[in-house]
Amino acid sequence: MNSEPAITVTDVTVERDGFRALFNVNFHIGPGNLVGVVGPNGAGKSTLFDAIVGALPLSRGTVELHGIDGRPGGLAYVPQRDNINLRFPATVHDVVMMGRYCHVGLFRGVSRKDKEIVRACLERVGLWERRKALIEENSGGQRQRVFIARALAQEASIVLLDEAFSGVDVGAQEGIIQVLQSLRDEGKVVMLATHDLTNLAERFDQIICINRHICAYGPPAEAFTPEVLEELYGSHGMVLAHTHAGGETHIETHMVHD
Amino acid sequence: MIDYLIGPFQYSFMLRALIVSALVGFLLPVVGAYIITRGRAFMTDALAHSIVAPVAVASLLGFTSYITAVPGGIAIAMLMGFLSRQTGISDDTSIGVVFAGMFALGLIILSISVDVNPGRAVNIEDLLLGQVLGVTQTDVLVSLVLTVAVAAGVFLFHRHLVYTTFDPVGARVSGVKTSLVEYLLLALLAVVIVIGLSAAGIVLVMAMLVIPSATAYLLARRFTGVILLGAFIGVVSAVAGLYLSFYANWPSGPAMALVASLIFGVATMHKRAFPVKADE
Repeated sequence: MNSEPAITVTDVTVERDGFRALFNVNFHIGPGNLVGVVGPNGAGKSTLFDAIVGALPLSRGTVELHGIDGRPGGLAYVPQRDNINLRFPATVHDVVMMGRYCHVGLFRGVSRKDKEIVRACLERVGLWERRKALIEENSGGQRQRVFIARALAQEASIVLLDEAFSGVDVGAQEGIIQVLQSLRDEGKVVMLATHDLTNLAERFDQIICINRHICAYGPPAEAFTPEVLEELYGSHGMVLAHTHAGGETHIETHMVHD
Repeated sequence: MIDYLIGPFQYSFMLRALIVSALVGFLLPVVGAYIITRGRAFMTDALAHSIVAPVAVASLLGFTSYITAVPGGIAIAMLMGFLSRQTGISDDTSIGVVFAGMFALGLIILSISVDVNPGRAVNIEDLLLGQVLGVTQTDVLVSLVLTVAVAAGVFLFHRHLVYTTFDPVGARVSGVKTSLVEYLLLALLAVVIVIGLSAAGIVLVMAMLVIPSATAYLLARRFTGVILLGAFIGVVSAVAGLYLSFYANWPSGPAMALVASLIFGVATMHKRAFPVKADE
């Protein structure tokens, strides 16, 4: 059995209410990859994540998650803001401790080791000082880091983040990306769905461009071509500029408003 | 003053009523904390009304109501959960359909049981409004056993209930069996409603489940605080309601709900005056 985390999606089609939300989706993500999933609203980014975590039945195809077999908490999911009950009276510490619940049996309380792990995870994302703040008292960026800390506490080797940059300012986005890159460096698989096309090349190792099917998949500089942008965003018109400076590829994207 | 407080308990029926009131006051807000943070207060009201059907069946057959109310209540709660999960109908609509159907069925069976068992059938007014002064020794024993069972269930599954309330998708992905936890909560809810019926009655059992928890939610910063403070407010409301029921001859359900509502009103004013929640 391969102990390295990886995701293999083969020929996946998902139908919702008779509508093909995703079709013919194929890709493989190996260990140690930070993958951005980009596409317009309604492109099926959340549906893809739901299919990967088994929350939706597949009409066709298979999803295989490697390296987490039989291990509790191997897969972690950071949902969109709207799917969290933010009125729930929980502190930052409480939320990260939830990541330990899958390791704690019904008849055992939270141990000193669990508390130490939670502390280490909060320190790693720079939020130990805010451990007593209610989750609703945190900014969008801080909240995302709380959920990443929860995934760390869960000891997940595959982490999915749905619209992780929604309501998060650019500076805070960089902080999130740095933590995710450190997870990637440990060999974990991290997938992040986003609308935000800022600095894709610097942020991600691979990009999945999705519009109900995979329009392109690969390193950002190769995947994000004018043709792919046209397929993703159509006639709304994306102006794409590739500039090559010092051997590095920079991608700039501009939305042309009507 | 002391005579006013202790005097009623020279009667054994008042001692029984005190035990049941305290259990109801304690237990309903404990489960209520999970219910209000999930926004499912309507489900409680609907379930309480629906339980008339199994209670009426017991009345028709001449059984004590617990024999049918506990399994019947759990079955109805499961049906509500199943319908809202498996059909395209919205949550509140499917709950409303079961609520109306079961309440109507219960009232018809009750009217038949009055004809079949004249003098022994359940009194509809006591069922609707609660009559804690009339609880029997069996009621006390059954309430105690069920309270221990519910408290054990809450204690064992507290973490899972919290996780699924806060972030159901994240919980499921991490390995929590969220459907099982959801059905467990519905079963616990059904049992506490059955326990609460004798004291608070069908109409106001929701009040004793929701109002103390809502009051605690206004004042406490963390979820454990909501549970503990809610239970305390619940016991105070239930026992104060019991005194009012004894001295003013009011039905116990409305008396308890009125006290709980007054405490909620005071908490709301306190919250407006001091908007930041106090640290525990």
